[in-house]
Amino acid sequence: MRHLNSGRKLKRTASHRKALKESLATSLILYKQVRTTLAKAKETRVFIEPLITKAKKDSVPARRHVSRFIKNREALRVLFSEIAPKVQDRPGGYTRVVKLGQRHGDGGEVAIIELVDFNAADEAEKRRKPAKEKEAVTEKVEEKEAKADSASAS
Amino acid sequence: MPNPKRRHSKSRGAKRRTHYKATAPAVSECPHCHEPKLPHRACPNCGYYAGRVAFIPKGA
Repeated sequence: MRHLNSGRKLKRTASHRKALKESLATSLILYKQVRTTLAKAKETRVFIEPLITKAKKDSVPARRHVSRFIKNREALRVLFSEIAPKVQDRPGGYTRVVKLGQRHGDGGEVAIIELVDFNAADEAEKRRKPAKEKEAVTEKVEEKEAKADSASAS
Repeated sequence: MPNPKRRHSKSRGAKRRTHYKATAPAVSECPHCHEPKLPHRACPNCGYYAGRVAFIPKGA
């Protein structure tokens, strides 16, 4: 019975599972967004959030602790010097998991896990959007004015 | 060990299974591009979910 046992086994041995989580966490730090299965995304979330919290205080012990799990030196640097300062005011919840539906082939549930403060695609879209929205609003106003004119004319 | 006493015909099994029916998936409308999409999932057409871009769809 798995009473009170937390976490997913992901059909892997303990060492395989550990390697997988470390690898996914490293990729997430380097690329900010990873597309994987829903179960792995949720498991990565549990794995990486405490590491990010740890990285918010930059000290030698913190770096050593995190480097036990994040073995890529570049990823370690990115986590401490780029991600940590940006999430300083966020009290946890640094990642977001968005479901994408089922994969062709094996029907596996696919999801994206991303760092909340590093959604590049969305930021680019928002920069592009404000101009468009203004146009839409002015068009609507013009329509209303036209309607009012025709109403008062008749 | 207990065993079946009588042969179970294909017809019997098939008749029981007449009530096994596939259900249509729940479909909702994407608030951004108005294409049909699965509820609680990012829209496969425009990549939006909960008012923000989750991913850039292929060919966009």
